[in-house]
Parts: sequence; C-alpha cells; structure tokens
Amino acid sequence: MTRLGAAAGVVALSLLPLALTSYQLGLLTKMLIFGVFAMSLNLILGYAGLPSLGHAAYFGVGAYTVGLLAVKVVDHFWLDAAAGLLAAALTAALFGLLALRAHGSYLLMITLALSQVLWGIAFGWRWLTGGDDGLPGVPRPAAGLPFSLADGLRFYYLVLVVFALTAAALHVVVRSPFGRALVGIRENERRMEVLGYDTWLYKYVAFVLAGVVAGLAGVLFVYYNGFVSPVYLSIVFSATALIMVILGGAGTLLGPALGSAVIVFLENVISAHTERWLLVLGLIYVALTLFAPEGLLGLVARWTGRRAS
Amino acid sequence: MTFWAFQVLNGVSFGMLLFLLAAGLSLIYGVMRILNLAHGSYYVLGAYVALSVVRATESLLLAAAAGTAVVTAVGIFMERVLLRRLPRGEELPQALLTFGILLIVGDVSLWIWGGTPQTLPRPEILSQSVRLGPIVFPSYRLFVIGAGLAAGIGLWALQERTRLGAMVRAAIDDAEIARATGIDVSRLSTAVFALGAALAALGGIIGGPLLGVYPGADFEILLLAFVVVIIGGLGSLKGAFVGALLVGLLDNFGKALFPEFALFTIFAPMALILAVRPTGLFGARP
Amino acid sequence: MDGTARVVSALAVEGLTRDFGGLRALDRVTLAAAPGERVVILGPNGAGKTTLFNLVTGLIAPTAGRISLLGRDVTRLAPHRRARLGLGRTFQITTLFPRLDVLESVLLAVQGADGARFTLHRPVSAFPHLRERARALLDEWGLAGRAHVPTRQLSYGEQRQVELILALAGRPRVLLLDEPTAGLSPAETAAVAAMIRRFPRDLTLLLIEHDMDVALDLADRVVVLHQGRVLAGGTPDEVRKDARVAEIYLGVDDARG
Repeated sequence: MTRLGAAAGVVALSLLPLALTSYQLGLLTKMLIFGVFAMSLNLILGYAGLPSLGHAAYFGVGAYTVGLLAVKVVDHFWLDAAAGLLAAALTAALFGLLALRAHGSYLLMITLALSQVLWGIAFGWRWLTGGDDGLPGVPRPAAGLPFSLADGLRFYYLVLVVFALTAAALHVVVRSPFGRALVGIRENERRMEVLGYDTWLYKYVAFVLAGVVAGLAGVLFVYYNGFVSPVYLSIVFSATALIMVILGGAGTLLGPALGSAVIVFLENVISAHTERWLLVLGLIYVALTLFAPEGLLGLVARWTGRRAS
Repeated sequence: MTFWAFQVLNGVSFGMLLFLLAAGLSLIYGVMRILNLAHGSYYVLGAYVALSVVRATESLLLAAAAGTAVVTAVGIFMERVLLRRLPRGEELPQALLTFGILLIVGDVSLWIWGGTPQTLPRPEILSQSVRLGPIVFPSYRLFVIGAGLAAGIGLWALQERTRLGAMVRAAIDDAEIARATGIDVSRLSTAVFALGAALAALGGIIGGPLLGVYPGADFEILLLAFVVVIIGGLGSLKGAFVGALLVGLLDNFGKALFPEFALFTIFAPMALILAVRPTGLFGARP
Repeated sequence: MDGTARVVSALAVEGLTRDFGGLRALDRVTLAAAPGERVVILGPNGAGKTTLFNLVTGLIAPTAGRISLLGRDVTRLAPHRRARLGLGRTFQITTLFPRLDVLESVLLAVQGADGARFTLHRPVSAFPHLRERARALLDEWGLAGRAHVPTRQLSYGEQRQVELILALAGRPRVLLLDEPTAGLSPAETAAVAAMIRRFPRDLTLLLIEHDMDVALDLADRVVVLHQGRVLAGGTPDEVRKDARVAEIYLGVDDARG
C-alpha cells in the first residue's frame, strides 16, 4: 500500500460518514476498533508466526480497566485510558513470560488457558465486574477537549485517528530491522538463533506490543459501547480475532482490518435474521481453512495471478 | 477427616472424567500432531445424544452405545473428509478447523436441545450410596472411578502390549519413519481419531449424571482438558492420567475451599509447570 | 605464531558427552581446532557428528564436558550468544527462510551481526550499509542474479550456496559446515568445494563430509568418529592408511588408500 493509497484511504474514511446513517456510522466505528484489535494480533500471528488463542485477554483487560475506573472510581479519560493500556501491557508481560517458551499447539493451549483465567474472574467475581451481566454505564470520554465526544460523529473521528496512527506505527515496526527479524523467526527460528538473534526476546517484545495495541482497542471499545461483559474475554472472541486476521490475510498490514470489517458486517446482517450466528461463524472457520487459507487478499492475488499467466 | 476423604474421592472421580478426555486429546496429538479443539464437542454431543435416546427408549445401555456411535462417526468424518485436506505440518489451520466444528456443534446442540441444563439419569443399581469406612459415598462416583481406571488400564495395555499400540508408539515418535516401515499411518490416524472421539463421548455420557450438560460445557471441559495436557504433557498417556488426577483434585479442593479463587488453584500449578518444564511432566521433547 | 607460545584453540571440546534417554550419542569426545585450521569430521551415519555440531552450536545441552570458543568457556551459553562470539554454522538439511527471497535472507544474516537489529522505529532502508553488505556478499559468491528469487524456488545446489553465504554474513571466526555437499551433483559439489576453498584463510573450519575426495582435499586434519567416540585422528594421509578407519567407514576393500 503506497503512501498515496493510504492517504486516499484516510480521506475516504473521513468523508464516508456523510453518506451514512448514524446506525451505519456506529457499525463503521466498530469495524475500525476491531480493525485495531485484529492488526495487533497480526503482529504476533502474521509476522512473528505465534499462534495465540487468547488475544482477547488484553482487549478485555483494557476495556474492563477503563470501565471499572470510569464507573466506580474516577471518570477521567486520560487517566483511565492510560491505566487501561498499562493493565494490558502488564498482562501481556506476565502471560508472555509463561507462554513464550512454548511453540505450536502448546502455545495455542497455553494462551487459551491464560485468557480463560481472566474470563473466569470477570464471570465469577460479580461483586467487582457484574459477572455475566457485565458492566454498564461507561460514559463517553470527556477528554478535556472543547467539545464532547458523546456525539457519534466526533467519537468516530477519534477512532479513525487512532486507527490511522496505529496502522502507521505498525507499518514502521514491520519494516524495521526488528520487524524483519520477526518474519525471519516465523520462517525459521532455529536459523535465526544461530545467526545471533535472541529469538525469545524478539517474540516477547512483539507479544507485549501486540498486547498494548489490543488493550488500546479495548479502551476504545468500552467507550464506544458504554458496556463491557465477559464475552470480550472469551475464547470465541479470541478466535473471532484470529478469523479476522486470516480472512483478511495474515502477514499483510491492512488485511486484518479488512477481515474485521467483513466479520462485523456479516455478524450484523446475520444476527438480524437468525440466532445462529455462531453456527455461521463456525462454518466460516471450516470453509476458510479448507478453501482460502491465505485469506481474501490471498484469494484475490491468486485470481489476478492466474489471469496474468 | 471425613470431609477430606470425601473431597479426595470426589476429586479423583472428576479426574477420571478428565482423563477420558485428555487421553483422547493427547493420543490424537501424539500420532497426528492435531490439536483437536472439537474434543469438547464430542463430550457434550455424546451426552446430548444419550439423553435423547434414554428419553425415547428408557435404556441407558442403548443410550450410551448410541451416543458413542454418533460421536465416533462425527470424529471419523472430521478426520477423513475435513482434516485430511489440510496441509500437513501446520498446526494453526487444523486448530482453527476443529474450533469451527466446536462452534457448529455447540450451536446446533443449543438449537436442538435448548439452553436449559440437563442431567442424564443414573442407572438403578448405581443410585445407592456405599459405606466406605466412616464415609458414605455415592456408588455412581465409585463407578466413574472404576470406569476411568479401566480405561486407563485398557489404553495402557493397548499401547504397550498390542501391535496397534506398537504402531501408535512408533507413529508418535516419528510418523515418517513409521510410514517407511510399512505402517499404514492413514488407517492408524482414523482409528486413533475414532478412539479419541469415543473416549470423549464416554466421558460425556458417564459424566452426564454428575455434571450435567449445558451450553458452554464444551468450552469448560475443553479448557480443563488443556490444563491436564499442559501439566501432563501432550502425547503421553501417563501424563494424561497424572495430570487429570492432579487437576481433578485441585479443581475440587479449589471449589470446596476457596470458591472465589477456584480458577487459581488450577492456574498456579499450570504456571509452575510452564515455568519449569514447558512441555509438561511427561511431554515429548519440544 | 611463536611456536613456543601456547596457542589458544579457536574451538575446543573436552570430554563432551550427550545421552538421549538410554542412548549415548556422544562419549567423552575431546578435540581441538587451531585458528585457521581445517578439520574434517568423518564417520558413518549415527557416529554422532551432527550431535557434536548441535552441542557446539548450543542447540542442545551436553550431559557432560566443556566447550570453549576462542579461549572462552561457552558450555552454558545460548546459541545466539555463541554466534555473537564468532561461531557460524550451516545445517545438513537446508534451513533457509522459505518465503523470503535470497537478498532478504542474506540481509537478515547481515543484520544479525549488527547492532541495528534491535531498532523498532526506523525502517531497514535507514541502514544502507546492511543492504550494501548483503549485495556485496551476493556479488562475491556469484548469486547476485538470483537476489529476488524466493529461496524455496532455488535449485538445491543454489540453496546450499545460500546456506553458506548466510553463515559467512556474520563474519564468523569459527564455522561449522554440516555436509555442505550432501545431495549435490558432481558439478554442484565442485562449485561448493571451490567456494569453501575461497573462504578467508584465518577462518577456522569444522567440516562434516561424506564425500571423501572433497573431505581429504580440504582437510588439514581429520577426526574420525564412530559410535560417539573419537576413533582416529591425524593428517588426511595418516587417516587414509589407518586400518581401523578403513574397516568401519570406507569399506573393507578401500584399505589400499
């Protein structure tokens, strides 16, 4: 994606609200927030090759921290958001220590189990989190700006700015020596070790970074939604993030954002007609892994490649 | 004293259920390098099918057979039709596909059997309580312990004493070499998958009267099975047994003594194992 | 080098032992390579040659014994630390980066020895010296024309060459080559052997080879392993004439040297 393409994309996204109803704008906002979440997972999955089934943990920690602080302690945007990011970072730092000595299926199981512990806390400690009923009443942030962010349009622009900055930051990281080393580790970790790279350290830093960005998405989400529940710490949510990344195309920068847009859209449409969204999601998983493992962008590349040859 | 003895027996019986699941999970991974997330589905589907059959026929034996048969068929279908098409050597696509099945079966079960928790009835002869010294213990739970031990001994004998077992062991060590020595790894894979599915279904059916079956049970039991193999080591029968006992006891004591922190009583040993021996107590070399 | 001064070995292992369960793969192996020396390790399959390399590289830990690199005890050091001290290695089974092209692969290898490798916030293109060195390496070893080909699309012979270039990129002082000519045609074998002959003369080489002609031609010294132990050692001529070696390795009819 060239600089021109990126600029055009940002301009398009800035102008799009003019054509949308407020409901559709809300949906677009959600797509961007989940886009940030999916891009964070892509850093460890697509670039470093670390399969994680527990990425919702950091999203949820960011969301719950802000929610709890805003509702029960003090509603101060910068303070609460910073606390949310810090909490997500600390969680990733802890979980990374436990998980990253493992590979492949072990890593999948461990990340899943660790995130489930957090889910269990959110679900079981009703006195703190409201349990299954969730935590309602999170107000839109009063960010010390001269205007309120309670308005859907203004909040959308906040999210768009964060999305664009995140994409830009990840773009830099991915093209840095650090980012290239992650790709090398994905392709052949043993080779990288023997070439002088402390591969564990690289994976760990990527893991914590991905956790912080996931936490950022969680922070945005709880403000957007006004409400958070254990669903956002669940395995299904972690797996949904995985599907977003793979659907869009793992290892490409914006593929995951595309994937998240598709999934948010599908969920919205399908849930309006039937209760069987999870069934559809499951079918998408099966179909994707069987027929389009490289994702939508990969499919497109294959078709255009075929026509060219 | 009686409290502790009761809790220990409870924990052991729960552990035996976990063993049935973990053994299948571990076996499938050991031979085929597939992390089968649908294992939780096998558990609940077995229980649900048995529930319907017992309601229709009043025969628990028939219900158990039906439940096991249906789940085994699902397992064979998954292995032969779906999993075979995936590229070998990559573990994430396989995990995702099996997760898709987990979601599908879970939602279909919700659709067919509804969201209310249900329990399977106990057989008449096992509905009494038995006096063991100072404690009175439900005989059904003793049955569960017996069933788990029988399965353990059966699996161990299969693994150590039979030709099938020898092939499984060879395939666990190195599938390429196993194939080179003429072992039909393809048929073996299907057999192993079917066995794992059957064990999980039995776990659900036997556990049905104790734990019930409800939406979300598939995730819960899957998580516990994961903790068992993380602690015991993927691919090891001994690991599954020891891990299952440990997790069963810990989970039980955790819920009895510190219900608010029950998850931590499992989490702490798991974290310890991860820190000290990332591939589990009896796990294969990384 | 002053003949009376004690020369520090470039690489030395002492009493190196490694068990795998009940199997002793390496049994109290002691050997040393002087700086710039070319030592060839011979031995039948299962003799423990690759195990020796894995131990020296640090990919597995020894059951007993010590390893020292350029005078420094590295027995407990992680593989990447040994690489930073000047140890390079190629693998018997080609271990490249399948989806990366040749230039990107060599770039990673060059980066591995450079302090820039930790940089998160600036693109690789901000460090032109890395790319220049990568290109120079490709030019020097004749693969400049294949720079943008994904490594998995290279011919097997070319892949083995890239394997060598990756190992050289970090300017190692000691290089372990694990069967660099395995599976190559005679022409490719000659090309790789020629490449090895062009290596800097002060580079210490430990070479596992099956091709006897290549091995004895390149070697200053030969060490023969058998069933995890050092069976014989000496100059190529001495080893060629050693009856024990002939018996177990070359086949009974080759004892005539």
